[in-house]
Amino acid sequence: MADLIRGEALAHDEWAWVKLPDSGEPVRKSAGKVVLFKLTGEPAAADDVIDRCEVPATGKVLIPLSVWLRRHEALAARVAAGEIGVWLDSHKPAELADSLGGDLNRLPLIGVNFPKFIDGRGFSVGFILRNRYGYRNEMRALGDVLRDQMFFFRRTGFDAYLLRADQKPERCIAALKDFSTPYQTSTDGNVPVFRRRIGQKVPA
Amino acid sequence: MYRYDDYDRALVIERVAQYRDQLQRNLAGELSEDEFRPLRLQNGLYIQRHAPMLRIAIPYGMLASRQLRKLADIARRYDREYGHFTTRQNLQLNWPKLEDTADILAELATVEMHAIQTSGNCIRNITTDPFAGVAPDEIVDPRPYCEVLRQWSTFHPEFAFLPRKFKIAVSGTVEDRAVTYAHDVGLQLYRDDQGEVLVRVIVGGGMGRTPILGSVIHDALPWRHLPTYLDAVLRVYNRYGRRDNAYKARIKILVKAIGAEEFARQVNEEWQLERDGIATVTDEELALAAAAFQDPDAPARPARDAGFDEKLASDRAFARWVSRCVRAHKRPGYRSVTLSLKPHGLPPGDITSAQMEAVADLADRYSFGELRVTHEQNLVLADVPLADLYALWQEARKHNLATPNIGLLTDMICCPGGDFCSLANAKSIPIAQAIQAEFDDLDYLYDIGDLELNISGCMNSCGHHHVGHIGILGVDKAGSEWYQVSIGGAQGNTTSLGDVIGPSFAADEVPGVVKKLIETYVEARTPEERFLDTVRRLGVAPFKARVYGESSKKAEVTHG
Repeated sequence: MADLIRGEALAHDEWAWVKLPDSGEPVRKSAGKVVLFKLTGEPAAADDVIDRCEVPATGKVLIPLSVWLRRHEALAARVAAGEIGVWLDSHKPAELADSLGGDLNRLPLIGVNFPKFIDGRGFSVGFILRNRYGYRNEMRALGDVLRDQMFFFRRTGFDAYLLRADQKPERCIAALKDFSTPYQTSTDGNVPVFRRRIGQKVPA
Repeated sequence: MYRYDDYDRALVIERVAQYRDQLQRNLAGELSEDEFRPLRLQNGLYIQRHAPMLRIAIPYGMLASRQLRKLADIARRYDREYGHFTTRQNLQLNWPKLEDTADILAELATVEMHAIQTSGNCIRNITTDPFAGVAPDEIVDPRPYCEVLRQWSTFHPEFAFLPRKFKIAVSGTVEDRAVTYAHDVGLQLYRDDQGEVLVRVIVGGGMGRTPILGSVIHDALPWRHLPTYLDAVLRVYNRYGRRDNAYKARIKILVKAIGAEEFARQVNEEWQLERDGIATVTDEELALAAAAFQDPDAPARPARDAGFDEKLASDRAFARWVSRCVRAHKRPGYRSVTLSLKPHGLPPGDITSAQMEAVADLADRYSFGELRVTHEQNLVLADVPLADLYALWQEARKHNLATPNIGLLTDMICCPGGDFCSLANAKSIPIAQAIQAEFDDLDYLYDIGDLELNISGCMNSCGHHHVGHIGILGVDKAGSEWYQVSIGGAQGNTTSLGDVIGPSFAADEVPGVVKKLIETYVEARTPEERFLDTVRRLGVAPFKARVYGESSKKAEVTHG
């Protein structure tokens, strides 16, 4: 069972994470190796796959961006009730947020899926959602969410983390504070260390 | 030189603790090899052919004598009493034990050193001119900007897991000595008519499998925007660089695919989000960084020294060393000295613990306790009084640090190659040694003159073979080691990529091939020409004809 950390504490997860059904497409291979990284701009899931996606009729649901794009009108009442969150893969351009229409802050939750922890695109997605789109509500890291990336998630604007099932939550919470004062700024608005030093004596 | 304050110190100590925990989890079986690999790489740790290899960061090549003594001590206690300087101005230890690596990092932290981001798919150690701050042709001292960027890039949360490694070089001189056109990002600092520092931003150069010279995407960026503009460059790359094929994942492939103009447009658009934001560097902040790089408190000295002039006239060996290893300095009465780590017959760039200690002593006595590492894998004492050169030379000789071959054929750049590196297709050090043996005659070497010979053991091009006047590349053919030879590459203001002369050679043929290339040059040169100039004037053809001669057809058949 995956644990959810919200802020700096374990939290109850009231959201059902909805994924697209298996499309039955063959696994893509290159030189015998499974292709780990989906490419930006690769074709979206077929409409019939999206239509087969089952969205629970009640409660809070975190649905794929592709499902939102095809069904958001039908879900309008639940959006108004704060029951719909949307997630996207790290390889999807964050500009798809444009297609969410209107103010992103209508959504109480946006998730960004990190299919592999070494896929660092999601950090930039986080930065863009927060800084370009002004998204203020919960932004949740999904997928390969490991303690050794916690510090980076937090600094790029994530404030909730659905841990991979094998992760120990208390260690992940501790990892949010791996470093006390980072050098540079990011989504967290950290004051760069050079700015903090102004007015201080130059070290001998 | 830059000294840590409490902020820097805390970060490095926290990093050691973080790494120690990761190492312990790995040793305990809680952290898989696949998940440990990217983490240890970002701490400079490779698992190599025989043992782990630890690459220690030397930010923009600046070292203090106390740091070099610590490196000597670490090499003695945790390794085999030697280290290897690299083309990124770093130091590699080839034989540490995995279990010791956290302790080594803790030792490094005591002298304000670390191995952060010396490997892995992240922003690597920033390199610059080894003569920064002392070169007569310097327009802007690059070191304060390098330090600002070191801090900007260290643990940057958005760019810790890029598609591939990312290398930045900075130069501020008339003659580019930082290979800025062959980096992921090259930054050339210069001044406008009002004296304001501007930056020419070059993106998408690189060596490796697909050598490409970079393109200028901003010709006049005001210096204070460097962090925000580079954020934009990295963000575009992080999002759109290829991740499905490691050979096509460097930024150069992206820039080539969409075109430099389109790349520049996207960067500019992205930049608007952060432009003039909190990361914009203020005058006060730059002044703070620059304060770390003031000229040493050195007494003024006369421009001439009678003792020096006398030795120069009377001691031929000394005069030779001066002609190759001593450079002009911006202040009268001072010189910069390059200590050669290329004695004939030993691996290029290697240095023993005893030599490190000797160099530290020399730095203390003759050059204000500081030194620099060059990307050509030598060491520089930047501020030596003219009157002390003779004494320095005599001591350097005792420690085999005064081979008078800087800039000559035997001062070659060479990666560790197949003897150590698990990526290599072929050995490189034995090739370097065989070439040095072939050209062991100093008179002949001097007659050949300026020549840069660079050797890489594989397409990753750590030995910069693409920009060698003569480049040698180890290739694998059906499981055996072969060497491809190119000529006409160059670094500096007329950077160019070498042309391959033809089918590759077996290891024992390489010294003979170099000999034929040199003979062709010696016969064809005009009095003023360097090897490179002759190649540029005549093209590859006469060299190729000499090397392959009648057997060229046969060679093509046998070697493919």
